[in-house]
Amino acid sequence: MTDVKELIQAKVKCIGAKREALMPILQAIVEEKNYLNEEDMIQVAEALDLSTADVYGTATFYTFLDTVPRGKYVIRVCKTISCHMAGKDEIVDTLKDLLKVDLGETTPDKNFTLMQANCMGWCHKGPVMLVNDDIYTELTKDKVIKIIHDYMGS
Amino acid sequence: MGKFEVNLKINNIPVTVEEGTTILDAAKKLNFRIPTLCHHSDLCVAGNCRVCVVEQKGAKALPAACATPVSEGMDISTNSAQVRTARRHVIELLLSEHRSECTSCYKNGKCELQDLANEYRVNETTFMKLVENKGYTIDDFSPSIIKDDSKCIRCQRCVRTCTEMQSVSALAVVNKGEHQKIATFMNKPMHSVVCTNCGQCVTHCPTGALIEKNYIDQVWDVINNPELHVVVQTAPAVRIGLGESLDLSPGNRVTGKMVSALRRLGFDSVLDTDFTADLTILEEGTELLTRLKKALVDKDTETALPMTTSCSPGWVKFIEHKYPELLPNVSTCKSPQQMFGALAKTFYAQKKGLKAEKVVSISIMPCTAKKYEANRPEMRDSGFQDVDYVLTTRELAMMIRQAGIEFASLPNEKYDSIMGDSSGAAVIFGATGGVMEAALRTAYEIVTGREVPFENLDILPVRGLEGVKEAKVLIENVKPEWGFLEGAELSCAIAHGLANAKILMDKVKSGEMSYHFIEIMACPGGCLGGGGQPIPVNNEIREARMKAIYEEDSSLKIRKSHENPEVIALYEQFLGEPLGHKSHELLHTHYTGRKKY
Repeated sequence: MTDVKELIQAKVKCIGAKREALMPILQAIVEEKNYLNEEDMIQVAEALDLSTADVYGTATFYTFLDTVPRGKYVIRVCKTISCHMAGKDEIVDTLKDLLKVDLGETTPDKNFTLMQANCMGWCHKGPVMLVNDDIYTELTKDKVIKIIHDYMGS
Repeated sequence: MGKFEVNLKINNIPVTVEEGTTILDAAKKLNFRIPTLCHHSDLCVAGNCRVCVVEQKGAKALPAACATPVSEGMDISTNSAQVRTARRHVIELLLSEHRSECTSCYKNGKCELQDLANEYRVNETTFMKLVENKGYTIDDFSPSIIKDDSKCIRCQRCVRTCTEMQSVSALAVVNKGEHQKIATFMNKPMHSVVCTNCGQCVTHCPTGALIEKNYIDQVWDVINNPELHVVVQTAPAVRIGLGESLDLSPGNRVTGKMVSALRRLGFDSVLDTDFTADLTILEEGTELLTRLKKALVDKDTETALPMTTSCSPGWVKFIEHKYPELLPNVSTCKSPQQMFGALAKTFYAQKKGLKAEKVVSISIMPCTAKKYEANRPEMRDSGFQDVDYVLTTRELAMMIRQAGIEFASLPNEKYDSIMGDSSGAAVIFGATGGVMEAALRTAYEIVTGREVPFENLDILPVRGLEGVKEAKVLIENVKPEWGFLEGAELSCAIAHGLANAKILMDKVKSGEMSYHFIEIMACPGGCLGGGGQPIPVNNEIREARMKAIYEEDSSLKIRKSHENPEVIALYEQFLGEPLGHKSHELLHTHYTGRKKY
């Protein structure tokens, strides 16, 4: 278990405890443990002397700052118009079928979370998806099955 | 260096204003009203509701008047066909996400969105209704405030109020886009987060999304029960605010009419919180002098100075959360409301030959935090809940309307006895600096035997709307028993609005400033600008109410708390002496440190 308090202290040491430190600290926690829980946000509020509501407001604004537990691999399929027209619905259906989860859900083994996201700037190579920080482009049903099987095997 | 002037035309009328003026204010100068929702003169500009859009010749988009500064040669139209259509669509879009059950809404007739919907003759079918599809929460767990998301238009006035004016930030904008809403930390109920119940969000909400929890029906029930003896107390600031909710202009003193109205509503005894405000001065003044003696003469290191006031329950909850280490500095005196409650079911009941369990005590307060205060577990020293129901000034106005009483033509009547007498020092509790002024009028006289050295007893340095005020009073030629104070300079500070309280207390905590006595009121302007006072509120209205408070003070014969004859009698017949055994039992309390974040 990561000690979030230590992580925050280390961050504060190098970037300070002003309000502008909020985003980097939240990002660091999410990078470390995938999501922010209530206790984490209270500790951030305390370290920066912000209100907890303020921290929560910031965390819930950004898609990549999760406030509920996510799987080891977070899959985000682009839902914006170019990817939509290039067939993202089939990709989403394939993933739902493979993982037996609906959008926004996490597999019982906590390995995969399936979500949609806004444009990732790969419109020319849609449909695309992100798995954690890795982008996969020009997806087809078969490609998706192979990618997910690779993650399942790893 | 003077500011540059800017020339522009609004609706073809030329006008010259200072650089930096918004289109909204420039139009106001020409007596053109532009509708607003997210704009409030107390708060920073948000520009998010778009209802104030105007047409600017040569510009592609319609600028928001509240957020756009004027520029040279601007040609603005505030009422073109395009502007009217755009505004109507903005209102219709807001309504598509608003649960418009106006007839049953608590804010019916007092809602800014409803007013605009009426003014722009909107069509509620232009856009699809989204409220039921989106789901919403109504949080009515708090004894003070109800938060109803289905009425919220996300103008964020409450968020700005809670942050800018109060430094609390209990409310924030959470989520994004269509999911955006105003919420507390983790969407918890208001009563369980760091919220002071001050109700400033309520007085700044344009719709019914944030309202006080009302106890009107419960109060009618006890009034209508012949078995019960219902006493009512009225806080200092109610008498100068109530008129505004009953069609009078701000700054009207309606003390006598309010007493008449309460009698006609059926209260068995109409009494005054001002009576216990005077009592508070004797207890708190004595406490301050005792603390000074302990610290200066006995060199007692455990005596905490500066001492802060404890009348404002918003402030008390704020310090419990934010500076728990400074709780020993808070006066142990209960607030006047709670002193009254404790005495109503003991002293008053005994004097009137009533059984305490048959006495119901109601208070009329300019405050929503008082509702929470009355529900504190510590506030049961009479053996019962000391104050049963707390109504805001607005709720009283509503009861007066319900009863069909034509308020403006009521005769002026006087308070009942006992616990109805008061002094001018008690009335000024309703304004920022008032408790300080009242305390100085009494403490100075106790120590020196002479009146406080200010013309007409008016201690002007502690008055006014400046955020943090300071005053120093030199104490000379003291009575022998107060010899240790000879030549001492009593150093005082006053803050109103919790953002100012935070500025002041941070300086006290860091040791940057040192004082003997600090007065803090949670609401801007003090109780006269309280969260239970009539809506709308702004600095102009606060000034008018403040003027009325000081006029009321000047109009009274007795202007010093220690000269209140009923208070003197209370000590003789019941309490003994200030800070005596009985006082400790009934009039003093303790505080609880709470979570800071």
